[in-house]
Amino acid sequence: MPDTTDTTTAGDTAGQPHKAGLFDIRNIIGALMGIYGVILTLAGLLGEHEPEKTGGINANLWTGLALLVVGAFFITWARLKPIVVPDHVDPPDDDPTRPAPQRKRPPVH
Amino acid sequence: MSSDTLIDANWLDYLLVAIYFGFVLGIGVMARRSVSDSIDFFLSGRSLPAWVTGLAFISANLGAVEIMGMSANGAEIGLSTFHYFWVGAVPAMLFLGVVMMPFYYGSKVRSVPEFMFKRFGTGAHLVNAISFAVAQLLIAGVNLALLAGIVHALLGWPIWVALIVAGAVVLSYITLGGLSAAIYNEVLQFFVIVASLLPLTLIGLHRVGGWNGLTDKISAASESASSASEAPAAAQQLNAWPGQALSGFDSPILSVVGIVFGLGFVLSFGYWTTNFVEVQRAMASDSISAARKTPIIGAFPKMFIPFIVIIPGMVSAVLVTEMIDLKNGGTPSGGASGDGVAYNDALLLLMRDVLPNGLLGLAIAGLLAAFMAGMAANISAFNTVFSYDLWQRYIRKDHSDDYYLRIGRLATVGATVIAIFTAQIAMGYDNVMNYLQTLFGFFNAPLFATFILGMFWKRMTPTAGWVGLVAGTLSALAVDRSAAAGLFELSGQGTAFLAASVAFVVDIVLSIVVSLVTKPKPASELRGLVYSETPREDRTDPNEAAMPWYQRTLPLAGIALAMVIVLNFVF
Repeated sequence: MPDTTDTTTAGDTAGQPHKAGLFDIRNIIGALMGIYGVILTLAGLLGEHEPEKTGGINANLWTGLALLVVGAFFITWARLKPIVVPDHVDPPDDDPTRPAPQRKRPPVH
Repeated sequence: MSSDTLIDANWLDYLLVAIYFGFVLGIGVMARRSVSDSIDFFLSGRSLPAWVTGLAFISANLGAVEIMGMSANGAEIGLSTFHYFWVGAVPAMLFLGVVMMPFYYGSKVRSVPEFMFKRFGTGAHLVNAISFAVAQLLIAGVNLALLAGIVHALLGWPIWVALIVAGAVVLSYITLGGLSAAIYNEVLQFFVIVASLLPLTLIGLHRVGGWNGLTDKISAASESASSASEAPAAAQQLNAWPGQALSGFDSPILSVVGIVFGLGFVLSFGYWTTNFVEVQRAMASDSISAARKTPIIGAFPKMFIPFIVIIPGMVSAVLVTEMIDLKNGGTPSGGASGDGVAYNDALLLLMRDVLPNGLLGLAIAGLLAAFMAGMAANISAFNTVFSYDLWQRYIRKDHSDDYYLRIGRLATVGATVIAIFTAQIAMGYDNVMNYLQTLFGFFNAPLFATFILGMFWKRMTPTAGWVGLVAGTLSALAVDRSAAAGLFELSGQGTAFLAASVAFVVDIVLSIVVSLVTKPKPASELRGLVYSETPREDRTDPNEAAMPWYQRTLPLAGIALAMVIVLNFVF
């Protein structure tokens, strides 16, 4: 759906810049770290604790909590300083050293 | 069934691995469908802030080499391994940012063979394209061997089945298009790896009684070592300098010279400044200024990565039963390759011993991601060079674009199959780092010599370009083979450093001699390719002077340099 550019921009409040939202890499990092944080925290609280491996620390719990903090940090950062997408964006030119799918073909010599 | 596998993973671990791949494939699918103009915006790259390209820059390198190779090295020789980061990477990254990057950005070269073609013409291009393609296949084999090692450790399959399955998985990862979002994946991968290795380091240190406990145990193990043990003395393992354990030289002075010239100059400058898998991350930023800052910002995390890869290796060598036995000269059975524990297994074995289920899954996800991405990058780099630089230029000219895309797909499949065989070579090495440094000596050291001479000396001729490359590679091979034949002996990575240095010197000397007797290109064809022929305004960003000091290239590079010097003195 490459033609949605105009409608999306028009759908926003007039004059408001279009935000990157979900695709902001900080939100993606925040989401992954957050999900891992929740799972590990729960594993630490509910799962079986293996003190003989970790030397007595509940490693899952602490790592989980730390990941929650990191995830929250990235999402807050993205909220506070959102990236503004310009109205018109050229479709990306695929990195020629990376494999298919190619959007643009490398130039023929 | 799970009782005979190296690592005992349960559903929780598999869940964490599955979530990671869900994210990566999800990004790939979104990128392909272009569901939003936002994602086009990000993938086109021109908007990426320097911290993102900086992380992607080091993450593209944080693959098998870094994680398994450096922890293997840490287990085997201790703190000398830090040189790979503080001498062998950071200075070269700063050099890349300060000197080379404006040049790349300005001349718009997209690959090393392309630069060779523009600067020297067909001969050097052909030699370089072939050697680059071969190097990518061999390094892909290293990544595949490590990937198969993890599959074997997890599921207990025979190693050759694991190799074929891992190859098939990488192939589908490439063709599913997960890589069009390469920069997203690389940055995500960086965080997953840090999130799993940092707890591993902390718990590992806690288990051995902190830093003091670790040094005590290394000293004790060294004193009581049996005569069969080839491990270096404790004092060498616990100090970064003079690093005899790394270079294999008996004399401390020679050792320092070997490390600074062989590793610090030839190998690392050759690797970082001519490695376009990484350089292209920087090209994705929006200005010369951001492109120059990319490797410099990358240098800051790069300084601290050794703490979470080398220290776990050292801990593993005093905590894990099999590793203690190996370091003491024994030959414990098991290990990821299935035929005996090797130093390469240091990290996996430590994970088995100290990580509870849950964290274990996180660590497995990080390792799988790193090796798959690493191998995929090698294979696709091979693919590009094979289809466009070799096939199109020399074998079948002037066919349709679809034709070359088809050739590219066949090359991808072919490269994966070949990598299964080159993985066999990699598995023959007890410590993959030895193998990789040997390869870099063959391929990167002469390349760097030709590159740097061609860039700064306009007199250098096209004939000198290819003669230097061929002679450099052959002389590195000669050094390596005569060491293998037992003509002289250097332990550690000393042979690789020597081979690289010889290749560099032979290349430079021959290039100068040949240049003096052959005809150079006219100066008018060298703009953007030779330093003195490129006007200053092509190399600088006029807006940079207006930025605050902490956003400018040179002050950042200065801080990074000062920090790395301090780190060298502390350890």
